[in-house]
Amino acid sequence: MSVSLTWRAAIVSGALFACLILAWHVATQGSGTAATMDPEYAKLMGATATQGKSAMPGPLEVGEKLWSHIKRPFYDNGPNDKGLGIQLAYSILRVMIGYSLAVFVAVPAGFLIGMSPLMSKALDPYIQVLKPISPLAWMPLALYTIKDSSLSAIFVIFICSLWPTLINTVFGVSQVRKEWLNVAKTLEVGTFRRAFTVILPAAAPTILTGMRISIGIAWLVIVAAEMLVGGTGIGYFVWNEWNNLSIVNVIVAIVAIGVVGMILDLVLARLAKLVTFPE
Amino acid sequence: MSTFDNPFDARRGLNNTGCSCGHHASQVEHDRAADLRLQAVTPDVSEEKAYENIVASAVMRKLFPQDVGRRAFLQSLGASTALAAISQFFPVKAATEAFAAFGPVEKKDLKVGFIPITCATPIIMAKPMGFYEKYGLNVDVIKTAGWAVIRDKTLNKEYDAAHMLSPMPLAISMGVGSQPIPYTMPAVENINGQAITLSIKHKDKRDPKDWKGFKFAVPFDFSMHNYLLRYYLAEHGIDPDKDVQIRAVPPPEMVANLRADNIDGFLGPDPMNQRAVYDGVGFIHILSKEIWDGHPCCAFAASKEFVTSMPNTYAALLKSIIDATAFAHKAENRKQIAEAIAPANYINQPVTVLEQILTGTYADGLGTVKKDANRVDFDPFPWQSFAVWIMTQMKRWGQVKGDLDYDKIAKDVFLATDTAKLMKEVGLTPPTTTTKTFVVMGKPFDPAKPEDYIKSFKIRKES
Repeated sequence: MSVSLTWRAAIVSGALFACLILAWHVATQGSGTAATMDPEYAKLMGATATQGKSAMPGPLEVGEKLWSHIKRPFYDNGPNDKGLGIQLAYSILRVMIGYSLAVFVAVPAGFLIGMSPLMSKALDPYIQVLKPISPLAWMPLALYTIKDSSLSAIFVIFICSLWPTLINTVFGVSQVRKEWLNVAKTLEVGTFRRAFTVILPAAAPTILTGMRISIGIAWLVIVAAEMLVGGTGIGYFVWNEWNNLSIVNVIVAIVAIGVVGMILDLVLARLAKLVTFPE
Repeated sequence: MSTFDNPFDARRGLNNTGCSCGHHASQVEHDRAADLRLQAVTPDVSEEKAYENIVASAVMRKLFPQDVGRRAFLQSLGASTALAAISQFFPVKAATEAFAAFGPVEKKDLKVGFIPITCATPIIMAKPMGFYEKYGLNVDVIKTAGWAVIRDKTLNKEYDAAHMLSPMPLAISMGVGSQPIPYTMPAVENINGQAITLSIKHKDKRDPKDWKGFKFAVPFDFSMHNYLLRYYLAEHGIDPDKDVQIRAVPPPEMVANLRADNIDGFLGPDPMNQRAVYDGVGFIHILSKEIWDGHPCCAFAASKEFVTSMPNTYAALLKSIIDATAFAHKAENRKQIAEAIAPANYINQPVTVLEQILTGTYADGLGTVKKDANRVDFDPFPWQSFAVWIMTQMKRWGQVKGDLDYDKIAKDVFLATDTAKLMKEVGLTPPTTTTKTFVVMGKPFDPAKPEDYIKSFKIRKES
């Protein structure tokens, strides 16, 4: 039964995709009628003006462009023109550094806060104030104080992906069942051993959920950060193509961002599955 | 007309008055006729040859103060014989070698930031066309996301120098909108080259008096675009602060907003004016040269610290920029330049669009092909009176308040004397003064009396 469900879902997905592409194709057909113009003048004008071509690219154009990027993902024509693969690699690298730092800080800190109700109450207002600050609000401050655009981008990833992991760790640690802690106490388990053998495994699923939210946020943030500082990365690619008013390439980048974001989420979901336990 | 001509070309004039051959009413017309005759000139004359030309230029100018004499001399002997003849009594070779030697550069690998607009042409083309290499530098030109980012990245030394809007180094030095940091502007990138573009739906509203309630975009608050648009509107009786809305919008968004009917027009940098025409969403109302012919726009800027701590690097870099600017000035090179700067690594625009801007043969968006060889021009000399004019407009529109020491700020930021020295070294004839008067929309500007100038305007912000 489950196999047939998968198949049926696949068919519905495929049908939806086909409808979407068809609608897109029809919507971007354009009038197709050539405007009457002096030929010398027409030579100086773009296809939108001369042939009534739609300003919005159709699915065929996007597909073609996407294929040309996939065929040549790693070309390097100097500092301002690199392949889509290289740009994505830069972004992923930045996300990985900022995100790892965030996890490295958030999990131990969350552990300590979660184990101490006093600290939890005392630090809560700070966390609540810092949590909702947009990455773009941090960016000028980071650029101005860190004085390095690459480090600034990493800092922004760090500061924005810190909070979900921290809050979830605090929650997971503070919600460990009282009975388990009591058992540990009666067995006279030391603090460290208790933390690693009882609390960590019990809180792991919640921590991983936090980390999964964090990676999503980190991936959202990197595009905005790179658009702002430029240089390299998929966000820069979008900005660069926008400068060129090349909507085809902007759509290609959007697709790439979505796919990479999905892959990152899938990896974290797999990890979460590894540490969940049945109760 | 130009300071950039070959001294051994009998058809060209070395002195800056009128047409060089005497057959045309103006130099512009002469150049146009010459364009038909001249094949595209290849840029890479060997380095030695270039220096030799430079030295010879100076010698020829001394020998023949009147162009008529030089021309007669050249026509009777032929260029190469003439050079040989002069070498008899002036050691051109030795002087060339002495001239080519300048101190070793302190830093060879440099980063120069730019915004992808045609105003940056000399900075950009110097890379693919080898002008940086010629002066012993390895420069990376880095595309940058916006004016504020350019400012921050040069301030924190990620960039050694950058493409800026002429008013920016002034604003940074004066501490308007940021901490005051001594900044310099040793070269103007381009003169003219902007336009007022209106949405195609306003094609019947060509009189600015009908523009009340319009929404306009300019690229940055501290930009020639902002001041020129305000000036133009005010001259037509429209108060730019009350009757219309002027917003700072990044250039690519200008075209998108025009398409989305979100703004009525903009005074923006190219390629966006031409791009709006190319995409059929706008038309060019006037070129900015019709407001002020010869106005400066973008600039090559560096921090004072860079200028003083690495004098040789700075000199080499500025020489390459000046040299590239001289090359870009020549109409016959423009097509070649359009091709060099069109790729994704640089401006990233269709070649047709760039060619229309640089050659000045363009579609106006209303169905006519227009020709104006000086639509955009390149001249590096940073006239200090330009700086004074910019400051009068900053004060006129309330960006700065109180008394300004116009002359001192202009001298500190617009390094005209430095530029003049280096222009001589690359074989050009810089002007002998650092200020000049000019006319903006029929109204003469005297840099010696900036306050009177401000007071003479009916529409201005009360201060």
